[in-house]
Amino acid sequence: MKRLWKLFALGAALSLAIVRPALAQEEIRIGVIYPLTGAAASTGLELKQAIELAADLINNGTRGLNLPLTTTGGLPNLKGAKIKLIFGDHQGNPQTGATEAERLISQEKVVALVCCYFSNVTNTASQVAERNGIPFVNPESSSATLTQRGFKWFFRTTPHDDLFVTNFFEFLKDVEKKKNISVKRIALFNENTLFGTETTKIEERLAGEQKYPIVEKILYPAKSTQLTSEIQRIKAASPDLIMQSSYLGDAILSMKTYKELGVSPDALLANDAGFNDSEFLKTTGKDAEYVLSREVWALDLATRNPLIKQVNDIYFERYKTNFNGNSARTFTGLMTLAEAINRAGSTKPEAIQKALVETDIPGSKLIMPWKGIKFDASGQNTLGNGIIVQVQDGKYVTVWPFDLASKDIIWPMPKWDQRK
Amino acid sequence: MNASFDILLQTLLSGVLIGLIYALVAVGLTMIFGVMDIVNFAHGEFLMLGMYASFWGFALWALDPMFTLPFTALMLFGLGSAIYHVVIRRIIRAPMLSQIFTTFGLLILFRGLAQFLWKPDFRTIDHSIVQGKVAFAGLQFGLPQLVAAAGAIVVTGIVWWFLQRTRLGAALEATAADKDAAALMGIDVQRMFALAWGIGAACAGVAGALLSTFFPIFPEVGANFILIAFVTVALGGFGSVAGAFWAGIIVGIVEVLGGFLLGPQYKLALVLALYLIVVLLRPQGLLGRA
Repeated sequence: MKRLWKLFALGAALSLAIVRPALAQEEIRIGVIYPLTGAAASTGLELKQAIELAADLINNGTRGLNLPLTTTGGLPNLKGAKIKLIFGDHQGNPQTGATEAERLISQEKVVALVCCYFSNVTNTASQVAERNGIPFVNPESSSATLTQRGFKWFFRTTPHDDLFVTNFFEFLKDVEKKKNISVKRIALFNENTLFGTETTKIEERLAGEQKYPIVEKILYPAKSTQLTSEIQRIKAASPDLIMQSSYLGDAILSMKTYKELGVSPDALLANDAGFNDSEFLKTTGKDAEYVLSREVWALDLATRNPLIKQVNDIYFERYKTNFNGNSARTFTGLMTLAEAINRAGSTKPEAIQKALVETDIPGSKLIMPWKGIKFDASGQNTLGNGIIVQVQDGKYVTVWPFDLASKDIIWPMPKWDQRK
Repeated sequence: MNASFDILLQTLLSGVLIGLIYALVAVGLTMIFGVMDIVNFAHGEFLMLGMYASFWGFALWALDPMFTLPFTALMLFGLGSAIYHVVIRRIIRAPMLSQIFTTFGLLILFRGLAQFLWKPDFRTIDHSIVQGKVAFAGLQFGLPQLVAAAGAIVVTGIVWWFLQRTRLGAALEATAADKDAAALMGIDVQRMFALAWGIGAACAGVAGALLSTFFPIFPEVGANFILIAFVTVALGGFGSVAGAFWAGIIVGIVEVLGGFLLGPQYKLALVLALYLIVVLLRPQGLLGRA
């Protein structure tokens, strides 16, 4: 029995020695962990589709597409080696995410990870990658703290929450210049859990630095039966601009209360979440007109960037649905990683990490509204940004950055009694 | 902050309007408690079901919530008394903990059913016959809120009249006072209990129907209202319909006007502080029996 084992071990060692290098020539094993079952399974499936499309485009050649990697099939610097995606399922659970990362690294021998959508899962799974010295590309998690951990193997392509709020103020500066106005009175109106309070802190800091007076600051419980006291206070402060972070129910209730009490600032700038839920436009109807909100991506960006249309057409043909902010970011994540591996010309984790650090992809080669991809020492892409969309004729259309806009911004928005 | 007289008055009246809805929800809750000493944790779910009844009437048959309101009330009345006969009757003499678990279980059941049957989506009734604004003397109110408040007054009035002026109401009051003595006097106590549950559920259902013209409808909506309903009931005095009515208005004013003056982040804290003061100084509540 013992001999049999020895024989077996010898055989295994031999076959590894022979097969491994040969394998490395033709496939690059990349681990991908998303919520494929559980409550977020539908999102997980979208992300899986997007990353599979990205891998297929790379493996079969990027025929005429201006993507980060030009190839006729596989990675040119690795003799046309193909990408093989090995999937893991974290079910939305940070613990499972870490276990899956461990499994993919130790058993599946992946050379890099793309993961995880949820910020809390990204947090645990990336710790495993860091410990094992495996490059970890995170395309979608937006918690700012993820890149404040001093990790060496962590790279995030998406902008994080702080950057999105920073965009609000860049947007304000741009609007002031374009419309030749100045915003003098800002009211902050945010719900009082982590999402709203963090946003409030950043907004206060940035407004202070850029000398925008905050005339009213309100944190409210999202599960309110009425928002009358809050909105009366906002009305009394008569702001030019309301910056609001809300979930769905309170976003709807606040719109109704604005209308009831006739609160008409020049603009209402919302922070994604409830305002970008498809139910929001359905239920508030015409009353939602002119609301501004931030977004990570919008299909109408295709009017300015032909690449978005080309890639989305391929995606639609395959899956009968369009890209959205999540799937487009996941697609971009794998593209970034593949471009770095090709530049590294090697599948050694150290070489890939070094190449990722040196990444410099121009915005024109992305399906995102970003200026490009370039990581700072913390692993954060510094060239990413969000977009601002506005409800016009019942749809969200891109209005900022101005060079990506499909429609002109409407500012100030008409008062309630002057609307049709 | 330049809180002019207009804004103060407007805020005060907004508080009264929402307070009347709180009152109607609390009247149903205090009714059930007063008659049989059971705290109904599923009360917010009756409100939710009332909202969905209005929503489906509107979505499927384009019937306005104001028109379907009597049917909603009847439906919830039926549901309330059915729940009494099927579930509550079995635990009427059980320890208090079992009673709490039972009504809490009903809460989870109804919420789960609503999520399962109607999805967790938010719904709204977007063009009811009551919509738009009413302005007078520089003040403006949503018509749905005004109608809802008026409806709450009428329904609370009917319940009060029923208890004070009818034989059946008197029997109900007698049962509340002493169910054994009432039984000896020939009152069908089981029927009275079922009646209390029916009326209690109907009040919450009507409140839901009145809210449905301006509040989003979703399976957890009851949670938004139930905490305030408990405070209102305790403030007004357990079992007192008139107490619940006035307490609802007070809670509404404290929440909206107090929130406006001292900062909206304190609005619930103010309501609970008021409750604490009343409990300390007058444990039986404003109009409760000592």
